[in-house]
Amino acid sequence: MANLETNFIGIKSPNPFWLASAPPTDKEYNVRRAFEAGWGGVVWKTLGEEGPPVVNVNGPRYGAIWGADRRLLGLNNIELITDRPLQTNLDEMTRVKRDYPDRALIASLMVPVNEDSWKAILERVVETGCDGVELNFGCPHGMSERGMGSAVGQVPEYVQQVTEWCKKHSDLPVIVKLTPNIADIRKPAQAAKDGGADAVSLINTINSITSVDLDHFSPEPMIDGQGAHGGYCGPAVKPIALNMVAEIARDPALSGLPISGIGGVTTWRDAAEFMALGAGNVQVCTAAMTYGFKVVQEMISGLSQYMDEKGFASVDELVGRAVPNVVNWQDLNLNYVTKARIDQDACIKCGRCYAACEDTSHQAISMSEDRVFDVIDAECVACNLCVNVCPVEGCITMERLPAGEVDPRTGKTVSDDYFNWPMHPNNPMKCAAE
Amino acid sequence: MRDNSLTPGIVAGRLDQAAYAENFDDLHPRMDEHEATVAADRCYFCHDAPCITACPTDIDIPLFIRQIATGTPEAAAETILEQNILGGMCARVCPTETLCEQACVREAAEGKPVLIGQLQRYATDTLMEAGVHPFTRTEPTGKRIAVVGAGPAGLACAHRLAMKGHDVTIFDARPKPGGLNEYGIAAYKTVDNFAEREVDWLLQIGGITVETGKRLGRDMTLEQLKADHDAVFLGIGLGGVNALGLEAEDKDGIGNAVDFIADLRQASDLATLPVGRDVVVIGGGMTAVDAAVQAKLLGALNVSLVYRRGRDRMNASEYEQDLAASNGVRIITNAQPVAIHGNGAVREVEFEYTDDDLSPTGQTFRLPADQVFKAIGQTLEGDGLPELDGRKIKVTGAGRTSLDMVWAGGDCAAGGDDLTVTAVAEGRDAAEDIHASLMG
Repeated sequence: MANLETNFIGIKSPNPFWLASAPPTDKEYNVRRAFEAGWGGVVWKTLGEEGPPVVNVNGPRYGAIWGADRRLLGLNNIELITDRPLQTNLDEMTRVKRDYPDRALIASLMVPVNEDSWKAILERVVETGCDGVELNFGCPHGMSERGMGSAVGQVPEYVQQVTEWCKKHSDLPVIVKLTPNIADIRKPAQAAKDGGADAVSLINTINSITSVDLDHFSPEPMIDGQGAHGGYCGPAVKPIALNMVAEIARDPALSGLPISGIGGVTTWRDAAEFMALGAGNVQVCTAAMTYGFKVVQEMISGLSQYMDEKGFASVDELVGRAVPNVVNWQDLNLNYVTKARIDQDACIKCGRCYAACEDTSHQAISMSEDRVFDVIDAECVACNLCVNVCPVEGCITMERLPAGEVDPRTGKTVSDDYFNWPMHPNNPMKCAAE
Repeated sequence: MRDNSLTPGIVAGRLDQAAYAENFDDLHPRMDEHEATVAADRCYFCHDAPCITACPTDIDIPLFIRQIATGTPEAAAETILEQNILGGMCARVCPTETLCEQACVREAAEGKPVLIGQLQRYATDTLMEAGVHPFTRTEPTGKRIAVVGAGPAGLACAHRLAMKGHDVTIFDARPKPGGLNEYGIAAYKTVDNFAEREVDWLLQIGGITVETGKRLGRDMTLEQLKADHDAVFLGIGLGGVNALGLEAEDKDGIGNAVDFIADLRQASDLATLPVGRDVVVIGGGMTAVDAAVQAKLLGALNVSLVYRRGRDRMNASEYEQDLAASNGVRIITNAQPVAIHGNGAVREVEFEYTDDDLSPTGQTFRLPADQVFKAIGQTLEGDGLPELDGRKIKVTGAGRTSLDMVWAGGDCAAGGDDLTVTAVAEGRDAAEDIHASLMG
């Protein structure tokens, strides 16, 4: 079994699976159960400053969208940071860290944007023996209306300022948690780096309304006939999160900035994908909230098997492995010509490829009287839609035309030379250098 | 085991009351909302879907299933019923395993089709239980049409004609309308008087008069009907039953499966219905299976279903064969009856094994039998009918017969399978053709 031990900015954990700061990590009871189940680390539910705790709504906090068979695909929440007294949380964190010294324990923090507030909370938190702090600049609901959470994360200057205060008043590693509710994720990441952050974590939740009650005409979750936007998470947000992680990982200016990947990690495969795109570890919430803490066991066994199959001795060999292959569109090879191929033995003749291509694409699939579906190479632009709508995995594939063959659509002979948009004669910006 | 389970002869009350209720309960109870949603989610919404092609009434199955999946079973029901007004009964009795569900691509993919029949029942039951009849009549045309036979073909024809504004009178020989839906289908497929309730619901369209106890050839002639109406539709089914052609076929204890099924369907108390201890059913179709299974469920100790050809040639679907087997019916194939033994009442039936080409092998065996049901097919009865094609009424196009302004459909008409759903399609299509002919 592969060694999953992870060293993330000097914080060691037996595996790269941490629970994100969220409802599952709000109490000692939950966190102990999580560690018993095998989680490598926990980012404790966000702590606020000393004083009367925040209050939560007393109606529903979560909304959801579902796929077939009511599989939960996306979850949103309007829960605030911990609503328990600060000292209670600190006492519990101290006990848990004492009992689980091999696990990572991170304190998530959110206090008003002034130096004294951050200094004060850091002095309290360090006493717990925790391994680091995560600055919650991400929560998009509730706390942001009070000038915290994503209200900070959306202003790079604030991100940098608060990060600097934290580095100044504590020796603990500082992870800055980023909000996706911005135009360019690299800007707050740069600010965090400039402020001295040891790492960034992303993404926090996305502004969202999951559904509208069509009888009461209110967003869900509905509180007394009304609803507020919440923060969206779960499998549905993974593609957005992967892109944002990759944007940071491949930015030369941010090179070497460690990333903790968050956003819809549900299986070992999701985790491996985040890590391949540059995340040193991952944080999980929705999968645990949907299936319970036990899911980590599949993540551990799955990642371990994958690493064994690949011959990776440590997770470090996986981290960032896909980053060089994330490029801009203009760098893609236009001489890479593929055509859809339908495996007639695997085809169940549902005709979805035909409907998709005929109605919404390039009329490149023919249908015979007896429901045999064939690709018309002269029309196929290789868009991949047929592959995506086919219910049988592996039935339709994209096969590359070998060099020397003529693409019947364009009439041109396929070349195996690399040829991109900047080199293309149609490009009005084509380099004059040649 | 009750004391009289071993009692020889044809006796009533072989079971206690609870057993009757349990045995004749709904074969497939209606899905609840959750089951329906899960089942509907499996539909791939195929292009030009094979299930539609396989349905004799061309119901847009992917559309109605999507309507169920999105929480509008009432709209789903309308999609079904606009093609098949007896969609509720067809959902119960269609051999879906050889029609839509056989064609389902998920049958090809994983051997587990979308449960189309059960989803159809979920949708139609939802609408019918709400008491909604989603169709209305157009302006009256003043045209009068006679429909002979209140079975699936006649009912479907009458409803479509009524929708189009015509005035329809349905004549039926039996005391109740419904035809084989009411008299000829196993009780566990249509519990709680569904056939009767469905007819009542169908008649909500208005413009249809039902006259029961009126038999063609006894109480009226085709000539009279033609004279009194603008058009006539014949959906008279197959009233006769084929005989075995053996000596002593009239011995006590020998009867027709269709009569047994009809008696069972009309019985108010199944405990009063006598059944043999050793029952032999001769035949290989749905009627044979319905009779055999119900005989077993009534408490017969041994029930054998004997068919002269191989299993693959049986008209009863594989599902029906399995249903019979799982209820304890012994299926014997490649054997045909050669003699009936007994003194006054039947005691044994002698069979001879046959080759696949039905030639006798000389090897015989006897089955003890105190009750024998013949289920070797039904025949058309009546005089003065339109020209025949073989043993059924010859039709061209949408049920046109050799007689002017006389149409026919359902089991009495040549062509098509003898299925409820086929009868509905034929009745509906004939109605469209009648309408077009009358309105020019």
